[in-house]
Amino acid sequence: MTVALVYPELLGTYGDSGNATVLVQRLRRRGQEARALTVHADQVVPATCELYVVGGGEDLPQELAAAKLRAARPLHRAVEAGSVVLAVCAGLQVLGERFAGPDGRATDGLGILDCVTERTGSPRAIGEILVQPAAEWAGQGLPVLTGFENHGAVTELGPGCRPVGRVIAGVGNHDGTVEGAVAGRVWGTYMHGPVLARNPCLADMLLSWVVGSLGPLDDTEPEALHDERARLGSLERRLGGPVQEASRWARLRRARSGQ
Amino acid sequence: MPLTGKNAGDMDHRASPPGPFPLRTRLAALAGRSLARLSRRAGRGSGSVVGGHAILAIDRSALARLAAGRETFLVSGTNGKTTTTKLVAAAVSPTGHVVTNVLGANLPSGLATALASGPRGAPAVLEVDEAWLPRVATQLGPSVMALLNLSRDQLDRNNEVRQVAQRWRQACQEASPSLVVVANADDPLVAWAASGAKRVIWVGAGLRWKADATGCPACGGQVVFAGASDSPLRLEDEPLAGWSCSECGLCRPHLDVLLDWRPGGGHSAIVVHGTRHRLSIGLPGRCNAANAAMALAAVAASGRDAEAALVAMARVRDVAGRYATVKVGRASARLLLAKNPAGWAEVFDMLSPPPAPVVVAINARTADGHDPSWLWDVPFEQLRDRFVVSTGERGLDLAVRLHYAEVPHAYVPGLHQAVEAAANNPGSRAPGGPDPGVIEVVANYTAFHQLLSMTGRRP
Ligand SMILES: [Zn+2]
Repeated sequence: MTVALVYPELLGTYGDSGNATVLVQRLRRRGQEARALTVHADQVVPATCELYVVGGGEDLPQELAAAKLRAARPLHRAVEAGSVVLAVCAGLQVLGERFAGPDGRATDGLGILDCVTERTGSPRAIGEILVQPAAEWAGQGLPVLTGFENHGAVTELGPGCRPVGRVIAGVGNHDGTVEGAVAGRVWGTYMHGPVLARNPCLADMLLSWVVGSLGPLDDTEPEALHDERARLGSLERRLGGPVQEASRWARLRRARSGQ
Repeated sequence: MPLTGKNAGDMDHRASPPGPFPLRTRLAALAGRSLARLSRRAGRGSGSVVGGHAILAIDRSALARLAAGRETFLVSGTNGKTTTTKLVAAAVSPTGHVVTNVLGANLPSGLATALASGPRGAPAVLEVDEAWLPRVATQLGPSVMALLNLSRDQLDRNNEVRQVAQRWRQACQEASPSLVVVANADDPLVAWAASGAKRVIWVGAGLRWKADATGCPACGGQVVFAGASDSPLRLEDEPLAGWSCSECGLCRPHLDVLLDWRPGGGHSAIVVHGTRHRLSIGLPGRCNAANAAMALAAVAASGRDAEAALVAMARVRDVAGRYATVKVGRASARLLLAKNPAGWAEVFDMLSPPPAPVVVAINARTADGHDPSWLWDVPFEQLRDRFVVSTGERGLDLAVRLHYAEVPHAYVPGLHQAVEAAANNPGSRAPGGPDPGVIEVVANYTAFHQLLSMTGRRP
């Protein structure tokens, strides 16, 4: 099983290589063979990998990555052949029909996901995000997902794809209602963290789409991180920062007001 | 020695005698100093921020007025600001007759406090937050501006590192022709930004972390690095050594100053226009030699003597607690600061060799950036042959990173307990060694400050 990390120097701003590391490690720890294949920007993306990780990036590199992937169409061919794609942030936007380029003008995406990303002038969405996955995945045991979002454009979904789920805290695609874009085996999301480090169940679900059912794993620390973020994420989003910092100020305010 | 031929050496660093500040500025400075003193007495830190806010509220032009008539050095970049500022300040005035913000208060409020509190007419050496540099430079009108490096840091605040480079470039283009920009030529983002300035001194200071520099800042094409820029390069190799864009031809400028870094007991040197100056420095690691090269270039650009500057810089051994050894309970700990992947790239070879344990403390407060996903850009796999204790408010994020990096580790929430856990871990002792000696503690910004205040070293 090969996990391709697509153009990390163009699309890898938010620790995105971590998603590939987590996928490979979770298979290896179960005794299965897996490797990460880093495809640099001057290399050809193979169309034959089982899984692809496409990460977040800045405007200009994002446009460049989209142009390269549009020209050779490796992801189109891979998706047609049934490969799994995890596309995060700029990655999600690139896989859509259109996205906002460096000067805001509409730029062609890959058209793999039926969604359009535009800049509306609304403030950048930055902070912890919690998402309740849609029934289809929640029913398979996928718990509340946690992540960190940081994007300036908004994404509208067409009829050809569905959201990951309902936003509990944060902004998500547009206005705080839904997050992500999923079609077939392509999972697009705005959640960094990286998302698979913070949500081991999601990592296993994507892996199971390739290799079938998976045995158990010692997940003490990944589960503890997931639970901590699920517990604090909503509060931190409302506070606009970490709870520890906020509570320090709250204590100071209480001390000053003599309580 | 003059650095840019006839013009740089005769730059006037003996500023004209200071005239009186306008009344409003004097009142503002007085109010700021008083507030800062009150805040200090109340045990709420240095008071630099609250005092500075008062100054700027009373006199919006305070920065420009307080800097008028001074020779001003600004230092900015993602990493190395505080150290480089301290080195420049030491070299500019070995007697301490200098205005500087040694505590890292590098936003306009902190700069205002530093300028209002320091001696009149003394040169100012100020570190400036990279996002604020353009606005601050416009107001202060510096004579020398040192641009160290740019890389991903606090992405929840500085969304795009190339946007910062773009604003730097504009500031360099619009600056007074008398400004000398001292720029790290090995960092494509910095080189592109500085090339807008009229007078630039190019320093080959090296660049370990290249992931933010592989896309050309001018055209988005791919930047190709030739060889390792932290290995000794020869001036004759230019312009092929270094880097160039494969699309538009942007490339590393010709060097005026070069760091010849020789790790492991070799004699490192800083070459200034062909003259070698033996580097002796009281701070560890390649990155501090790079900071010294940038500092030396900045000081020499003001017409001061390079050898005297190096002597003064060699006396700097402790920068706001960094590299200091402190007692934590019964253990001794050496404190190192690393707050982003580029910083970490320089830390690995500062650590004492395995199996010496390492404590890593991670927070994600506002000053750290709220998103610690950068931990996944740090090759923690390099710590597999030692025991690592992860701690801090985001110690669980780090523990998961170490888990997937296959590093033997433990998550211990309290900073104090974390250091003791590292000291008590039997696997951390060298064969036959009695105890693990000094524990290496690497912390990001606010975790570092928590450690300092915990050990009684209030920064
Ligand atoms: Zn170029």
